[in-house]
Amino acid sequence: MANEFLKSIVFELNDEEYALPVDLVGAIERMMPITRIPGAPVFVKGVLNLRGVVTPIIDLRERFSFEVKEYTDATRTIIIQHNDMDVGLIVDAAYDVIDIPTESIEPAPETVGSVKIDYIEGVCKYKERLLILLDIDEILSTDLFKQKAKETTR
Amino acid sequence: MEMNEYLDVFIEESKEHIQALNDHLLELEKDPANIAIVNEIFRSAHTLKGMSATMGYQDLADLTHKMENVLDAIRNEKVKLTSPMVDVIFEAVDALEAMVLDIIDGGEGKKDVKTLVSQLESMEKGEAPVNTSAPVAEEKSAASTSTETELDQFELTVLQQSHEKGFHNYEVTVQLQKTCLLKAARVYMVFEIFEKIGEVIKSTPTVTELEDENFEFDFTIILVTKDEADEVKQKVMKVSEVEDVIVNDLKIDTYESDDTVDADAEIKQTETKKPEEQEAKKSQISTKTIRVNIDRLDALMNLFEELVIDRGRLEQISQSLKNNELQETVEHMSRISGDLQNIILNMRMVPIDQVFNRFPRMVRQLTKDLKKDVDLQIFGADTELDRTVIDEIGDPLVHLIRNALDHGVETPAVRKEKGKPEQGILKLNAYHSGNHVFIEIKDDGAGIDREKVLKKAISNGVLTLEESKAYSDQEVYQLIMESGFSTADTISDISGRGVGLDVVRNTIESLGGSITIDSTYNEGSTFLIQLPLTLSIISVMLTEVKNEKFAVPLSSIIETAIVNKKDIMRAHNRQVIDFRGKVVPLVSLTEVFDVPGEVDEDDFLSVVIIRQGEKMAGLIVDSFIGQQEVVLKSLGNYLTDIFAISGATILGDGQVALIVDTNALVK
Repeated sequence: MANEFLKSIVFELNDEEYALPVDLVGAIERMMPITRIPGAPVFVKGVLNLRGVVTPIIDLRERFSFEVKEYTDATRTIIIQHNDMDVGLIVDAAYDVIDIPTESIEPAPETVGSVKIDYIEGVCKYKERLLILLDIDEILSTDLFKQKAKETTR
Repeated sequence: MEMNEYLDVFIEESKEHIQALNDHLLELEKDPANIAIVNEIFRSAHTLKGMSATMGYQDLADLTHKMENVLDAIRNEKVKLTSPMVDVIFEAVDALEAMVLDIIDGGEGKKDVKTLVSQLESMEKGEAPVNTSAPVAEEKSAASTSTETELDQFELTVLQQSHEKGFHNYEVTVQLQKTCLLKAARVYMVFEIFEKIGEVIKSTPTVTELEDENFEFDFTIILVTKDEADEVKQKVMKVSEVEDVIVNDLKIDTYESDDTVDADAEIKQTETKKPEEQEAKKSQISTKTIRVNIDRLDALMNLFEELVIDRGRLEQISQSLKNNELQETVEHMSRISGDLQNIILNMRMVPIDQVFNRFPRMVRQLTKDLKKDVDLQIFGADTELDRTVIDEIGDPLVHLIRNALDHGVETPAVRKEKGKPEQGILKLNAYHSGNHVFIEIKDDGAGIDREKVLKKAISNGVLTLEESKAYSDQEVYQLIMESGFSTADTISDISGRGVGLDVVRNTIESLGGSITIDSTYNEGSTFLIQLPLTLSIISVMLTEVKNEKFAVPLSSIIETAIVNKKDIMRAHNRQVIDFRGKVVPLVSLTEVFDVPGEVDEDDFLSVVIIRQGEKMAGLIVDSFIGQQEVVLKSLGNYLTDIFAISGATILGDGQVALIVDTNALVK
């Protein structure tokens, strides 16, 4: 029981390292042309054609209200498939897939990094790296989004 | 279980048979003397019974069996058909439908049908169906405690065959001790013994009831075995807490003579006739059509959509390369894929009858409830529509018909007073026109009172008294579909008309259609629904606004125009133009969609004139790219409720273009 692992994908955002369970990830793509969606919240950069599927793209920096940065060669879009939704997340860089021992995951302390606690599922130390595990449901929550949509249409 | 394989077929066919039952019963009601119709009903009921018995849905089989007996009595003119009888049969069909629905939902198709069964039984004996079902049911249960267990045709055949093969058929009654606590466990043990020595054909109560301990202390089963009666008894007695076991030899012929002899013989006869008849019918049909799982058609459609996107890309490439051979090939391919598109779309077309066919039944029920007399006339039931549209259009139509019956057509007394025939007419008409399908719901009832609607609108604050004077009749009628009207408190018949009509309109508009109302006070109303033939591949006009591309559905475009800036006028603080004598408001897509980029100063504007119902608008774009067939794609579950965008499409160069929701812009 003690040796269970959470296979996770590690990516960089605002000089911090984050992790998401690998089974959520459908693909990791370089930047592709994005079509803007008028009236969508600012962190939704638009939609792109991912092999025939129109996929909305979220800029995670803007989702977490970080400072906006130009996209670089390292910028990646992580395509998440979750709850019947296909959504792409723009991150600064995507690295490796690692096995995080589940026992090393701790609940999020009140202050960790710069992301609001709501989006954090837990943190873990892995070979001297501090990884922040994100809560995908919170990130993809459309509650906030629907509020904004209402405001813009009014 | 192997049965699962057949379950889909069973469900499909049961639905068809139940529909057939409904249809024919309605016919029969109009023409009670027509034995041919009774025969049709009998046939459907019989097939249904056979199927459900094979699939092990006992309740379903039992009920159909009873229905069959009644029908048999009717066609042999032993019993005369009366209206209350039709009601009971309708109820039975409803119960059948409920059971089939239960099976679809993964249930076991069980339902308490004792009342119906006893009603049917008494009808079979020629008594009028009375609701005093209790004594009859008791009588029946009393009978079943003796050695009588109902057997259906299927079970009888099994027993007969086993008898011929030298097996013993026993009716075994097992009585448990009154002190027995774990009845289900004992039942299980007893059944285990039975299954070792032979086969259980039937048990009363049913096995599930036994497992649920839903019985007193005894149960009866019919057992086919090679063992002698004594052996069986001894073996079962070994199970603890078994009080007594009675093993009786079962004679099949006693069963046959037990039932109403003539009726059973009659069934036998028809049974020998029928399979051939049906076989012949089936083989005839099977050469012409095949059943295809709808998922496969959807998969085919999806693949074809990919192909359409690639076709667009190829066309673009060949145009830029200007290679003759390539261009010819691409053109040829485009033509072929165009044909292919037609065929695939046609395959997905289903007659609107699938929706219409439940209306006669509904209207019958409603008119009874409302104590009105309405003749439902259906035209164009064979008009075909895309399956996706069919799936969605049912509920709005139900709503409109309810409305027409409830608030449109008056009661016979009122109609007489108004000098109209007492029977009202509700006409349902479907037809093709161009790239659209129209569905018309027309009643000859009270119509819409313009003044009442306006009064309501003014009191709701939807418009002012001054504004109301300028409203055309059409515009007034559209008001009843505004959401503000839906929660209206009751003002005679009009408020009722508004209930949920906004939902109807929204559904229809979300399908890319529109609805218009026409009405003459005291003469009737007509609701006209316009629907696109298909939803997945549409023709659009591709336009460019700054660096962004937007697609406008061709179905809502009247024409495109180049307008001189000098011709723009202002009215009510909006930019309008004079378009062929009509004042058309202008909508700038740059503003609506907040398109970034420099403002282009040009003396001429490119305008797409669109229309939604009676209203028109001009969309200002930067330039027209051209007309194109595109595949409509949704924006997914994450992005919902984006203003004035109905979806997206993938263009030839792989980029995504948004499709403009013209409904939202014509306001």
